[in-house]
Amino acid sequence: MATVRFTQHLARFFPALEQDVEVPGATVSEIVRALEDKYPGMGGYLVDDQGALRQHVNIFIGNEIIHDQKRLTDKVEDTDKIFVLQALSGG
Amino acid sequence: MSDSRSTLVLGTRKGLFVMGKKGGDWKVRTVAHLGIPIPYATIDSRTGLLWACLDHGHWGQKLERSADRGATWEALAAPKYPEGEKIKDDLEAATRYLWILQPALGDQPDRIYIGTEPGGLFQSDDGGASFKLVRSLWDHPSRKESWFGGGRDQAGIHSICIDPNDTSRVLVGVSVAGVFESTDSLETWAPRNKGLRADFLPDPDAEVGHDPHLMVASPSDFNVLWQQNHCGIFRSTDGAKTWTDISEKGGPANFGFAIAVHKQSAETAWVVPAISDETRVAIDGKLVVCRTENGGKTWTGHRKGLPQADAYDVTFRHALDLTGETLAFGTTTGNLFLSDDGGDSWRSLGSHFPPIYSVRFV
Repeated sequence: MATVRFTQHLARFFPALEQDVEVPGATVSEIVRALEDKYPGMGGYLVDDQGALRQHVNIFIGNEIIHDQKRLTDKVEDTDKIFVLQALSGG
Repeated sequence: MSDSRSTLVLGTRKGLFVMGKKGGDWKVRTVAHLGIPIPYATIDSRTGLLWACLDHGHWGQKLERSADRGATWEALAAPKYPEGEKIKDDLEAATRYLWILQPALGDQPDRIYIGTEPGGLFQSDDGGASFKLVRSLWDHPSRKESWFGGGRDQAGIHSICIDPNDTSRVLVGVSVAGVFESTDSLETWAPRNKGLRADFLPDPDAEVGHDPHLMVASPSDFNVLWQQNHCGIFRSTDGAKTWTDISEKGGPANFGFAIAVHKQSAETAWVVPAISDETRVAIDGKLVVCRTENGGKTWTGHRKGLPQADAYDVTFRHALDLTGETLAFGTTTGNLFLSDDGGDSWRSLGSHFPPIYSVRFV
């Protein structure tokens, strides 16, 4: 299973969030669904109503930002490390 | 008149503030969601629940409620556009902003409405546990052609008025599209913009494409409706069938966002004007609240207690409210003012709040 690491900002809304989480999934979309199962409500923090990545959220596989931010079809291997980060913005 | 509601709820750019009154003093009692923009917050008087619309910059729009006036919160599923819905043919629909939450009235105890950007009205019939898109308005033939963003990127619903004598009758205000009315329990909708003026359109008298910044029905007579519009102040005495321009000719009461109407008198209302429209600051660096007591025939400006130099405050659409003869308004520069004499004179309740989006007496 891939390992997912989160920005600490999400811990405010999901106090039970672990530093590294192992979840099943062959695509980023499946990973997001698995995260929603593990942390109910989290899906809506990462993707919008139509399943597209939120504008100010970044997901990396290894060091590479995912390519398909609309459908989240990027392939995920069991050995991958996935990072869920927030883009920086001011104010 | 007695001041029956002695709690103020502020939605601000950096959180929600609950203020209480003890003696003559108003103090902040609870700060919640610190750092998170709160476009709108109110209490449902039917249940006593405090509702907050949250606008996370990164994480999307959230909806929460509190049964203990802000001490603890419960997260609920925010309104969500059905899969495949489009704003325009090439633009998918997702909730971008929860602009107004309006509890329904007595005979619909579990109903709550939410107005959103990009233009969807949502209703809940289970007390807010779930929401569904009001498809009849979303599918109105004018929407894809003639609704557009103004201030926000896409059209949004910020005003929801329910006829207390007939709750099957609902009017909404949409920026930018105008006023729409349903008289058949949300089955069908018709534009109600006759008499409004849209100076920013090729045809200022177009049926759809108007910008009511806020629409309010008179509590004492639902058929007397008021709106602070982008292009002036308008009033209807026939239930929104026709509107009359009641802006102050040569005076300050023209451009603005907020409007409040007296609970007993359908002739009396207040606005907080600003410079139209590309500048959007207080007029001449001086804050003024304007009041009419004759249905907009004349306006009087009230400045006592308000800053009269170097003031750049603007009051957003939901940031003015009243209870009895007590009014309060908040501004974009974090000022909060209160009047206990119907707006004749004002005092500051704080000048260092975050930018204030909504002010509600509860």
